[in-house]
Amino acid sequence: MAEFFGKRWHDMGGDPAGDINHDQHDFALWEKRVDALMVLASSAGLMNTDSLRRVLEDMGEEAYETMTYYERWIASVSQNMVEAGAFSTAELAEKMAQVKTRGATYGDAT
Amino acid sequence: MPHDNHDHGALSPSGHPYRKDDDNELNYWQIMEIAVRELLIEKGHITAAQVHNQINAMDARSPANGAKVVAHAWSDPEFKSALLADAGQASRDMGFDIGPMHLIAIENTESVHNIVVCTLCSCYPRNLLGLPPDWYKSRAYRSRIVIEPRKVLSEFGVEIPQDVQIRVHDSTADMRYIILPAQPAQTMSLSEDELAYWVTRDSMIGVGLPQAPK
Repeated sequence: MAEFFGKRWHDMGGDPAGDINHDQHDFALWEKRVDALMVLASSAGLMNTDSLRRVLEDMGEEAYETMTYYERWIASVSQNMVEAGAFSTAELAEKMAQVKTRGATYGDAT
Repeated sequence: MPHDNHDHGALSPSGHPYRKDDDNELNYWQIMEIAVRELLIEKGHITAAQVHNQINAMDARSPANGAKVVAHAWSDPEFKSALLADAGQASRDMGFDIGPMHLIAIENTESVHNIVVCTLCSCYPRNLLGLPPDWYKSRAYRSRIVIEPRKVLSEFGVEIPQDVQIRVHDSTADMRYIILPAQPAQTMSLSEDELAYWVTRDSMIGVGLPQAPK
């Protein structure tokens, strides 16, 4: 299957894979906020499910294996916002640097 | 958060380990979430209240909503027809705010058992059932359910007779599925409210069957 021309990494139906992990984690506040940002940015006309997926898929297989679900989502939402002109990469970098100085935990910085 | 009268490693009154406090070191992606959210608010694209309300709306969605839809379909043949014709509209008619989601209900019968997956990503009827379980988004489920569904079902504790056909439905962003499980024979005299307790999340994904409430 893997050598089939045109099949990309995310098209994983039928690929060999291991056991299904049934562990469930409770969604953290920051994850719920990422989910909400995707929905609200879509409602605002800045992105949609397809543009979310396009960035996720372009991030590649390594990102899928090494980043958590909502880590990948915020990376995609952020990229979509820059592409939509909602803010610039410079503005994002400046804001992130500022957020980082607020404290050691998410609760401190948010 | 303050800690009140419990030792780490001890069990809670419900018999589960206490969950760790969510106070790990602030990481890069959390910083990005805060930054993106604040920039979108500062620039007037969204409001803080909208973020709050959206989280509340998603938190309020759960498999119990889908269970009510299924129980209603079991109790009312006319509604069942409407559900199978247009599950999105039928769910809205029951009062569930599922947004623009295009929802398709598929009925399990004596001859066909249906299962839902999203092999390409993680599409799920989230606006009715809430956010998907972690395993639904995993490589293992997405890869294997389409080639060895009976083996995967057995890992979920479900055995489907060999003479029952299994159909796996692959979701897309624009088309999401919910399974209408077959009503268990022993539940025919129950009220709609009682029936809803039999409908599990997994039975609406197709990796489970309705179960007597514990």
